[in-house]
Amino acid sequence: MPVPPKEKFDVPRIEEVFSIPAIRVNAMAHSKPFVAKPEHQEALGFPGKLVDGWQDAALDKMEELLGKYRSIRVFLDSCVKCGACTDKCHYYLGTADPKNMPVARQDLMRSVYRRYFTVAGKYFPKLVGAVDLTEDVIEDWYRYYHQCSECRRCSVYCPYGIDTAEITMAGREILSSIGIGQKYANEIIGKVHKIGNNLGLPEPALLDTLGGLEEEVEEDTGASVKFPLDKRGAEVLLVTPSADFFAEPHVDGLIGYAKVFHQAGVSWTLSSYASEAANFGIFIGSYENMRRVAERVREAAIELGVKRIVVGECGHAWRVAYSFWNTLIGPFDFLDPSHPVPQHICEFTHELLNRGALRVNPDKNDDKVVTFHDSCNVSRGSRMGSVPGGQFSIPRNIIKAACNHFVDMAPDTTHEHTFCCGGGGGLLTDDLVELRVKGALPRVQALKQVIDDYGVTHMAAICAICKSQFSKVLPFYDMGMDMVVSVHQLLGDALELDGAE
Amino acid sequence: MILSAVFSILFYLAFAVFSVGLVKRLLLYWRTPAPLVIPTTPAPLTNIGVAGRLFREVVFFESLFKGSKWTWLFGWLFHFGLLLVLLRHLRYFTEPVWGWVVALQWVGIYAGMVMLVGLIGLLVRRFLVDRLRYISSPSDHLMLLLLIALAGSGLLMKYVWHTDVMALKTFSLGLITFNWAPLPNDPLLLVHLLLVIILLIIFPFSKLLHAPGVFFSPTRNMADNPREHRHVSAWAHAPTTADEKS
Ligand code: SF4
Ligand code: SF4
Repeated sequence: MPVPPKEKFDVPRIEEVFSIPAIRVNAMAHSKPFVAKPEHQEALGFPGKLVDGWQDAALDKMEELLGKYRSIRVFLDSCVKCGACTDKCHYYLGTADPKNMPVARQDLMRSVYRRYFTVAGKYFPKLVGAVDLTEDVIEDWYRYYHQCSECRRCSVYCPYGIDTAEITMAGREILSSIGIGQKYANEIIGKVHKIGNNLGLPEPALLDTLGGLEEEVEEDTGASVKFPLDKRGAEVLLVTPSADFFAEPHVDGLIGYAKVFHQAGVSWTLSSYASEAANFGIFIGSYENMRRVAERVREAAIELGVKRIVVGECGHAWRVAYSFWNTLIGPFDFLDPSHPVPQHICEFTHELLNRGALRVNPDKNDDKVVTFHDSCNVSRGSRMGSVPGGQFSIPRNIIKAACNHFVDMAPDTTHEHTFCCGGGGGLLTDDLVELRVKGALPRVQALKQVIDDYGVTHMAAICAICKSQFSKVLPFYDMGMDMVVSVHQLLGDALELDGAE
Repeated sequence: MILSAVFSILFYLAFAVFSVGLVKRLLLYWRTPAPLVIPTTPAPLTNIGVAGRLFREVVFFESLFKGSKWTWLFGWLFHFGLLLVLLRHLRYFTEPVWGWVVALQWVGIYAGMVMLVGLIGLLVRRFLVDRLRYISSPSDHLMLLLLIALAGSGLLMKYVWHTDVMALKTFSLGLITFNWAPLPNDPLLLVHLLLVIILLIIFPFSKLLHAPGVFFSPTRNMADNPREHRHVSAWAHAPTTADEKS
């Protein structure tokens, strides 16, 4: 049941026709997340609080990043202020704050870059919009680099492929490095370093949860579906976001994966040491933290002696795994080379479906009309399968195999044009609820349209953050939080399992 | 005579600033590592595919077309007008003039007008759309005005106040052959040339760097093959199994 909004802000109205808002300067200037405590900072190798001489420290860090990342250098130089990106960000569309236009977000850094690192900005600052790195500027960085979900939507439309996510990551890395990191993300990364997952769930609790799931599934289906943990010599190591272990609707997705492994007869295991697919290191732009988080997966895979690594439903985790793991923790010469490394659970399932190895009865989902939310990191930062765009067709094919009624949302809101759920990029925290609700507007708008036109009852997703975010924000728009489902929940529900298996 | 000498020197200077500045910038881009595989996907899987993507980006402004039809239209008109106009100007630097340059002369004229239309469209948008007004700094307006003045002075010379093109050609050929000749003393021509000099000088220090930048943009120039090829750069790679052993 929809929960009436308690927060003190106006939930945007869903309009019949989507229009680009006129700018409202400083509309979201009050929005900023909690600052990380010293212990959260230090666990990640950052200073505990704002350092003395922070200005020089920030500029030094910026210089370092300019030398380490071609993207940042080229992006800061190349923007022509054409404006093509200005109406592409869901946070701009939902808040109308002009600093949430991608180019304006970049300009927060570009104006400082110009001032200190370019001839034009050194001698003619006014002319080229260069500014000194003052406290006000740093505060704006903290605000607006935490109003970007690093979804890369803007990069699709930019004639030079300028990806604001790269700038946001650099901005956050500089902020963390001078002592003002974001609490939510940095605290979570610390938990992974220490315990192995974002929730800080230790092994016994994990074992307990998985045992509970085995009982639950057996009760429901009669089949003894296993949820193995730390099983040496299993064929597949499944690395999945820890939200899958207990959060709703995520856990039904985990049950779906287990049913697939069960019916396919592929031995698999989870790892208590690498019990997290999420890697918030990407969100804060820290290569080193990202590498450390990923390293656990490599170690666990070697330790357990598996042949393949499969990654569960999670957007940014899949981007890190697919695009970065080989660099961060490769080469994967200890795994079976006849399978892609890593493999997405959807790729895994899709292959089984194609081989006819799964018995699916889509009639079981006849109470649902399903649509699919493309997650930003999967859509614009990774791939599935062997052809470009497999990340769009493969999950849809799974849904279509599992459901008789599937419709897509408007084409300018799906595939590479997909809108972020509004909670990605390390913003899935209660101190940013207003931003999250407003940022969800474009997606919710498209969803409303298919609800009205086709009677859509459920929206499937393949990302733990999307699932949590929608469960939280849909009620603000008078939609049920239980509309959101995992793709593998739909498939799991449609599988014909029998107790004899 | 003094005027011709001043312009000759300015041209050499501008050309030096332009080429040295640009080469330095390109080297900087070239040498800066791209540590992670970050193409905006769906992306081509091979380098040939990437070449195709860049080609479409440079020739058709593919992404801009997805982004904003008006900006695409005006931007494309301007850039391709400019390309033809530049090719038309080759006649001032070749003797005898190449056949295809001769053949292009009549197109070049219209291209100049098309270019001007594009530029004015871009400028008007910059004033009319509130989002563009917000992100524009003085240099963004001035850049357009400079180009409008450049195209405008060129067209005026063609249609209203003609200049002595033969003398101009002797001057420009003289510049490249170090065989200096006097410059026709037409105010409009001098303005036109001065604007060219300014443009050359600011090129390596301004957003005009978008021209080489697009080729270096990692979201556009990387192939989507991270699982098949391990991408490593000078600083970003894990201690591999081999490294650990050594
Ligand atoms: S990456 Fe996404 S959230 Fe960030 S500016 Fe671009 S469109 Fe907005
Ligand atoms: S689309 Fe690209 S070039 Fe145009 S304003 Fe945005 S970032 Fe700048």
